[in-house]
Amino acid sequence: MKETPLSNCERRFLLRAIEEKKRLDGRQTYDYRNIRISFGTDYGCCIVELGKTRVLGQVSCELVAPKLNRATEGILFFNLELSQMAAPAFEPGRQSDLLVKLNRLLERCLRNSKCIDTESLCVVAGEKVWQIRVDLHLLNHDGNIIDAASVAAIVALCHFRRPDVSVQGDEVTLYTPEERDPVPLSIHHMPICVSFAFFQQGTYLLVDPNEREERVMDGLLVIAMNKHREICTIQSSGGIMLLKDQVLRCSKIAGVKVAEITELIQKALENDQKVRKEGGKFGFAESIANQRITAFKMEKASIDTSDVEEKAEEIIAEAEPPSEVVSKPVLWTPGTAQIGEGVENSWGDLEDSEKEDDDEGGSDEAIILDSIKMDTGIEVSDIGSQDAPIILSDSEEEEMIILEPDKNPKKIRTQTISVKQEKAPNKKPVKRRKKKRAAN
Amino acid sequence: MAEGVSVVAESLAGGGARVARSVLGQVVLPGEELLLPEQEDAEGPGGAGERPLSLNAGACSRVRVICGPGLRRCGDRLLVTKCGRLRHKEPGGGGGGGGGVYWVDSQQKRYVPVKGDHVIGIVTAKSGDIFKVDVGGSEPASLSYLSFEGATKRNRPNVQVGDLIYGQFVVANKDMEPEMVCIDSCGRANGMGVIGQDGLLFKVTLGLIRKLLAPDCEIIQEVGKLYPLEIVFGMNGRIWVKAKTIQQTLILANILEACEHMTSDQRKQIFSRLAES
Repeated sequence: MKETPLSNCERRFLLRAIEEKKRLDGRQTYDYRNIRISFGTDYGCCIVELGKTRVLGQVSCELVAPKLNRATEGILFFNLELSQMAAPAFEPGRQSDLLVKLNRLLERCLRNSKCIDTESLCVVAGEKVWQIRVDLHLLNHDGNIIDAASVAAIVALCHFRRPDVSVQGDEVTLYTPEERDPVPLSIHHMPICVSFAFFQQGTYLLVDPNEREERVMDGLLVIAMNKHREICTIQSSGGIMLLKDQVLRCSKIAGVKVAEITELIQKALENDQKVRKEGGKFGFAESIANQRITAFKMEKASIDTSDVEEKAEEIIAEAEPPSEVVSKPVLWTPGTAQIGEGVENSWGDLEDSEKEDDDEGGSDEAIILDSIKMDTGIEVSDIGSQDAPIILSDSEEEEMIILEPDKNPKKIRTQTISVKQEKAPNKKPVKRRKKKRAAN
Repeated sequence: MAEGVSVVAESLAGGGARVARSVLGQVVLPGEELLLPEQEDAEGPGGAGERPLSLNAGACSRVRVICGPGLRRCGDRLLVTKCGRLRHKEPGGGGGGGGGVYWVDSQQKRYVPVKGDHVIGIVTAKSGDIFKVDVGGSEPASLSYLSFEGATKRNRPNVQVGDLIYGQFVVANKDMEPEMVCIDSCGRANGMGVIGQDGLLFKVTLGLIRKLLAPDCEIIQEVGKLYPLEIVFGMNGRIWVKAKTIQQTLILANILEACEHMTSDQRKQIFSRLAES
């Protein structure tokens, strides 16, 4: 979808207002919009709101092979995405000029300033290093994306904890959060971008321009600085000529703003740390009230439960007694059999007795069974019966009984004790059982 | 919760559909089915269940019901398509025997063109004899240069790209380019046309615009007492305001934006404070 065009009257009004030192939202020239930082449930997840501009930051890590020329350094990766949700003008899946510019600036601000100690991310030199990935998503666009994104990136990095690793000889052990507490990244300093918008060829200057001010500005100066007043990166765009004094003044303002924002970030991180330790609700998870119902609500229907027990007893008393279970298999045709009347499941009994059989079969076999466990169907003969051989089969089938009427009585093997005892000499079913041990 | 009880009761009677009368002013959700008063009789205790509306219409007096935004007729069923509060307006003749207009009062920012709406647009292109005007809809509206008051082939109106236009939709169909005009049926401008070069344009939600355009809106009366001003409301959520100074214009814009989520008491406080200063 196309961007809403800016009308002539808006442009004129904005410029005239700036000349009169007025801003649309009532801010002064050097005022920032309100910054709000909230954290997610996981480490390394945060949402930074700068007025109505909103950026989600998420840090993740991975063990990878290092770059050839930097064998002892971890890898930092930044990715800012402008989703269509932020503004309808952003197209998905296309690298717009703005996006490339913002990503590049972010990389320069955070990677090239060496704010993260990449050497501490090395696990085994030349073989394994941590790759730290910072994903930033713009959730709503109301101007000054770069400032919000840079704050979100550094906050997410400060908040992030990577799993602990230990190296002993050639062995690298990665510990889960339960085994050892995850370790924070070592961060030397916190670079933060401050944007200055210039109007009327540099005559007027505004800090933290919002979306409409960005549209009418002539040029933009972005200064990334840490609280020690060290400039990490500086970029001027829009093609305006700035005087030396102007740049110096901007850097002074940036120093003040960065000090304020750094303090805010530290306070937010401390707060989150405290709440986490106390085990209370933290992050933006707390904003989701689980009491609220957005769907239809049904009133609890009251049910009369006063005479339930009597009724139940009555029903039981009136009901016919359950039919007797025939445990002996009834043989209809070769290969089919019926046990009972389909009223009660007698398979469980069968299995139990089988277990007993196994135990009887000797401790050696039992050990083998336990150790194999998988994939091997084992046929174990009944110890009490005739000297039938022990057959191991690979069948995957759970359980199979083949019944054949009137066969060689020598091959008879019985399953359940009850059946065994009832063995009739003239009609003896032959059963072969294949059982998958894994099922137990 | 009273609503919960009524939901249960209605779902027993009408197989999931609720009687429109009983949920007036309550929240309805997309996909819900509503029953109009005449259907209500048919599907009441004595009714034969699923009886089409046309059969019933002959039996009792025929009433005319208009489905406004957020409601859609689907066969003889009435479905809700937007989330919001159900509203109803009695027909002009009075009587109150059913009928009238039903609509859903929903909160949204995205404008969908509707025939007859007065909107503020921004001219984005001039091509031949039509202007392309951005109104905040899914595609720009077209505006002929002849549809201005007093415009002829010789006498073209002076419209530049980026100008603001206050106009009215004459064609606004689904999946079609909407068409705007700046004259009424008599060929008079009637307040429409190009808006002056000064003043401030800003966007608010569509719900606020409807609130402000209501016949006896106290916000507008209060604002009018504050400063002398010129103001234009577009149904597409755009407001153009102009006062004597930049300061006053800014104050007015911020008040209008802020009063959406204020109670009338809070508004009174704000206005009295402003009147003092």
